[in-house]
Amino acid sequence: MYDAPNLEKTVDQKEFKITADNVQVFYGDTHAIKDVSVQIEDNTVTAFIGPSGCGKSTFLRCLNRMNDTIDICRVEGNILLDGENIYDKKVDPVQLRAKVGMVFQKPNPFPKSIYDNIAYGPRIHGLTRNKADLDIIVEKSLRRGAIWDEVKDRLDQPGTGLSGGQQQRLCIARAIATEPEVLLMDEPCSALDPIATAQVEELIDELRQDYSVVIVTHSMQQAARVSQKTAFFHLGNLVEYGETSQIFTNPIDPRTESYITGRIG
Amino acid sequence: MTDLSTSGAAAPRGPHSSSLLVQDANTRKRNAAESRFRLYGVIAIAIAILALFALLGSILYNGSSSFRQAFVVLDVYLDPAKLDKDGTRDLEKIAKVSTFGYAPLIAAAFETKFEDPEIGVEGLSAKNAAKLISKEGPAELRRYVLANPDMIGETVQFEFLASGRIDGYYKGRVTMETAKLDKNVSPEQLQLADQLKEAGVLAIKFNTGFLTRADASENRPEAAGLGVAILGSFYMMIVVLCLALPIGVAASIYLEEFAPKNWITDIIEVNISNLAAVPSIVFGILGLAIFINFAGLPQSAPIVGGLVLTLMTLPTIIIATRASLKAVPPSIRDAALGIGASKMQAVFHHVLPLAAPGILTGTIIGLAQALGETAPLLLIGMVAFVRDFPSAPPEGFFDPAAALPVQVYNWTQRSDPAFVERASGAIIVLMVFLLIMNAIAIVLRRRFERRW
Repeated sequence: MYDAPNLEKTVDQKEFKITADNVQVFYGDTHAIKDVSVQIEDNTVTAFIGPSGCGKSTFLRCLNRMNDTIDICRVEGNILLDGENIYDKKVDPVQLRAKVGMVFQKPNPFPKSIYDNIAYGPRIHGLTRNKADLDIIVEKSLRRGAIWDEVKDRLDQPGTGLSGGQQQRLCIARAIATEPEVLLMDEPCSALDPIATAQVEELIDELRQDYSVVIVTHSMQQAARVSQKTAFFHLGNLVEYGETSQIFTNPIDPRTESYITGRIG
Repeated sequence: MTDLSTSGAAAPRGPHSSSLLVQDANTRKRNAAESRFRLYGVIAIAIAILALFALLGSILYNGSSSFRQAFVVLDVYLDPAKLDKDGTRDLEKIAKVSTFGYAPLIAAAFETKFEDPEIGVEGLSAKNAAKLISKEGPAELRRYVLANPDMIGETVQFEFLASGRIDGYYKGRVTMETAKLDKNVSPEQLQLADQLKEAGVLAIKFNTGFLTRADASENRPEAAGLGVAILGSFYMMIVVLCLALPIGVAASIYLEEFAPKNWITDIIEVNISNLAAVPSIVFGILGLAIFINFAGLPQSAPIVGGLVLTLMTLPTIIIATRASLKAVPPSIRDAALGIGASKMQAVFHHVLPLAAPGILTGTIIGLAQALGETAPLLLIGMVAFVRDFPSAPPEGFFDPAAALPVQVYNWTQRSDPAFVERASGAIIVLMVFLLIMNAIAIVLRRRFERRW
């Protein structure tokens, strides 16, 4: 990004939104994430890149404890959100996920109307008291999801009837509707065509104003386009983490260089 | 192609070198095998369809006549001299006149019919003519008088069931020849029946009584109906639905969505599948031992039948529900959890509605299975002869009742050939209920699937 040098100055003053410290993840006997420590900043897009099976999605799912749903998965180490350990026994993962929203690889709208897709989160979290408030939240979320103009006339039609790119933006709008502080995106564009990808990337850049966005991607161009910080994972290790511009132009670790030049992967 | 052929490539270059226009030996063999397999499939389906038609055809052929019945319309003078000698109209005194006391009234009604020159057979007394009427006739007469004592002394028109043999005469079961050998009916009575039919007194009508009456004894098949059996089966289905659906669905949701995967749940899983394969009569023994002998519930009661059938239906519902829960894509669960829904909210708001069509279909198939189940009911006493209708629920669940499949079993054991027709008719009724239930399953499935 062009403003990367400017950003570098402001970064140091910012508090870290998420701090991971020596995180280990095991799937049964497999050691999937080894000793990962990373600091994720607020109002920043952080990209996780790396070859398939390197653990980047697994690590992302640790950040809102989605790995809890997998029986054989075990997480060790500390992950702090605003200084609080999210793996503390007192933390209810449901409450955490309201703060840390997630968008998945495959667009997965509920088989309900577009309106109900967006309204579901605010409803279960009790964010509104009446229908009028809910209408406002739905409109606001759809506008910020950059899909309002396309769906405003058919809010009562099923979300599953939209095109792939529209569905993914609907899912992003749905994640925003619960007003999270962090937005996790697991390869959000892998099922989309280039035009829809461009729309979603534009959207991610806008969301940076209000959220800390963490995005897992297979496309290095995408990481370079949308992120300010990049983390390179390889075989469960965090190999290198730093400014996106630095990672892509002047990587320190030879493995990073091999990957971004296409020699491993 | 031309390039290849000119460059001298006519020589074989591999296993697939011969012309595409000629089938090689291997292809011919494979094609022959495929057409043989298709032929087997067509034959198998043809056999299945033939068997189905033979089955349905024989049942319809034997049973459809049970929905038609010969009725005789008679004007009966309710003679006070016979019914209420003192003229006090005291119900207790009237009730003392037994069913036999009413038989002469019907004979007297025939006496008046004989005044018509067209009607009457030589050598047939009015008393013998009265045997055209079902033995149920005097009983009906008595019930009417006890309900309306004011009508004593009046002449009232009644529509009586014709006796089983007369009914059989018009259904081809009884002929003049067989009547000669039969002590229950004489050729003269059949002649009289023909005269009455000519005069419009005897008529063949739709037999609503077959669906509404209670079972009747061996020697009056014409009065036997399915009322008690239908009601008993209906009560049992209510019990099964109210118990098996919530328990089955709750168990499957817990096992599929919440339970940890360990050896205990593995054992439970295996045993649920085993339970589905347990012979139904074993459930009957279990019901007899536990619900009747241990828990002290009444015999032949729909509640016990319902409980036993619930045990039988549970595995079906659990297996169907788990399959349809499994079929819901995990991305839906992820989506709900990802925006902060709890596990239970994710299941009840999103997974369950999507699994509903499968659950409903499984439930209705389970119910249909339970409706046709006979063996366990024999053991818990539902095979008994039940003449009284069970009362309204909830007390009715504890009253003795029959069940449709058991009624079929019961009737096939009786000697009078009229009961063969009745049993086939009962099978038709049972199958109509099954068809209705399957139709409901299809309709519900269609309706819920639109929300996908």
